[in-house]
Amino acid sequence: MNFKPVDMQLLDVISNIKSIPEGAINIRRDGEPVIRQSSPNIKIGTNADNNGLLVEINPGTRNESVHVPVIVTEAGFHDKVYNTFIVGEDADVTIIAGCGIHNDSHSDSGHDGIHEIIVKKGARMKYVEKHYGEGNGQGKRILNPTTNIILETGATAEMEMVQIKGVDDTVRITTAHIGDKANLKIMERLMTHGEQKAVSDVRLYIEGQGGSGQILSRSIGRDDSVQVFKAALVGKNECLGHVECDSIIMDQARIQSIPELIAESADAVLTHEAAIGKIAGEQLIKLMSLGMTEKDAIDTILEGFLR
Amino acid sequence: MLKLENISMTVNNSNGLQREIIRDINIEFKPGKLYAITGPNGGGKTTLAKVIMGIYQHTTGHIYLNGEDISELGVTERARRGIAYAFQQPPRFKGLNVADLITIARPGIDGLGLRMKMRDVGLCPEDYLDRDMGPGLSGGEAKRIEIAQILSRDSIISIFDEPEAGVDLWTVQRLIGLIVQKYQDNPKSTAIIITHHENVLPICDEIIVLEEGVIKLRGSAVEIWPLIRDDIQCKMREQCRGEICYEL
Ligand SMILES: Nc1ncnc2c1ncn2[C@@H]1O[C@H](COP(=O)(O)OP(=O)(O)O)[C@@H](O)[C@H]1O
Ligand SMILES: [Mg+2]
Repeated sequence: MNFKPVDMQLLDVISNIKSIPEGAINIRRDGEPVIRQSSPNIKIGTNADNNGLLVEINPGTRNESVHVPVIVTEAGFHDKVYNTFIVGEDADVTIIAGCGIHNDSHSDSGHDGIHEIIVKKGARMKYVEKHYGEGNGQGKRILNPTTNIILETGATAEMEMVQIKGVDDTVRITTAHIGDKANLKIMERLMTHGEQKAVSDVRLYIEGQGGSGQILSRSIGRDDSVQVFKAALVGKNECLGHVECDSIIMDQARIQSIPELIAESADAVLTHEAAIGKIAGEQLIKLMSLGMTEKDAIDTILEGFLR
Repeated sequence: MLKLENISMTVNNSNGLQREIIRDINIEFKPGKLYAITGPNGGGKTTLAKVIMGIYQHTTGHIYLNGEDISELGVTERARRGIAYAFQQPPRFKGLNVADLITIARPGIDGLGLRMKMRDVGLCPEDYLDRDMGPGLSGGEAKRIEIAQILSRDSIISIFDEPEAGVDLWTVQRLIGLIVQKYQDNPKSTAIIITHHENVLPICDEIIVLEEGVIKLRGSAVEIWPLIRDDIQCKMREQCRGEICYEL
């Protein structure tokens, strides 16, 4: 293990790791695993195609977490990985993923993470993924995550996906299949600056009876950045689905929000709300009348919005 | 303490015509006193408050705070010099919670202080401090939290814009008590309450009636209250269909 300060800093930002934690963990740097350790209940191995991880969480595992952060620090490196997570029946666990890129060079570097997540009967999973880029070169920092998630009967999952800053180009594709009485909540937080582009395409297939799905997205577009957000709910049974996209637009940014509802059952109840707007002048004035400068007021409002 | 000298504010209407919303206002607000501003809707009360706070720029005249001309100062500077304004319609903030806002109003306030401020405005701290300031709050709740912010601020001039609106009677009584206790006879501060409330008006030191942008009447509560009482009480009964006010 030879971690450089830049590695530790990236790890801290994306997964709050200050030292190597106890329990199950896999740290991938520039395409190679630098640390891998399983725990009695969580086994981390290599998948059958030898191109990624197979993480198996034993049935009934409680209150454990598994860290699988990825960092890219080699200039011009483009990493691609296929990971599978199987959360055993009645388990209750947290998966902390995330990717940080440091690129000071003039060539692009990036990471494509293709994740397959199966949450077995009655299990609960919380999934947290932070994306972050840094470095001074002209080379772009590119992140293209694809996530497929299957929720079996009575399973519950909460997914928090955050793009903090510094990612120049991202296309995020998320697909979920929700079974009987299963429940999925996806929360996205996104901030884009400069010339950044971000596309997110989420599709939830609510297939089981009594299933429910929610997509809650908050984003801020600044400078000349562009965001496209597609959120589709497909209700195939007696189910509940809700999409909420809320964006603050600033400067010359462009934001496109496309909610889509598809009901294939008369018992599906699907709703959406979408709003794009700038910071309300009243909000700024209110905080300034409490003694804040205009700049601090803007920062406070934006920080709160993405919290 | 706060002196308004020949204050007027003109706006350009949508049809390009100029309209004077307040005209030639001259008032000196003295320390340790409680002032009420009342008058019909659209009379210019909120506009005058926003002119004092610096949210609207007056078109003629001068504003002095303890002798300093603050006419050219922006909202932030006026807040830092000791002017505070509780909005008639407080804006909402998605993602900021009640504790965040009170802490912005009074940096460094501790947990005990936060809980005290909530109880002052009749809200249970355990239920409210973590609540989001977004659209989930009712109008009355947002209003009380707004008042709690201004009460936290120890300002020289505190302006409350219709604090009674959307707040139940019991809480109104309590708020009035607090305001009287905090500001009346306190040589370091002055409170200005924009109100129509028949329980508030008579206890103020001075009543100013603003109508069509000009001061129509002003004087001590003893002089003015008898002149406007019938009007105010009658108006309140119409507003609430008589039910609540007769219980007072
Ligand atoms: N920013 C503005 N631009 C144009 N007209 C305004 C503006 N603010 C208030 N007014 C008008 O000025 C008048 C006084 O409004 P306001 O001060 O809110 O009255 P009050 O608080 O006494 O009910 C109203 O006719 C209102 O429509
Ligand atoms: Mg008003």
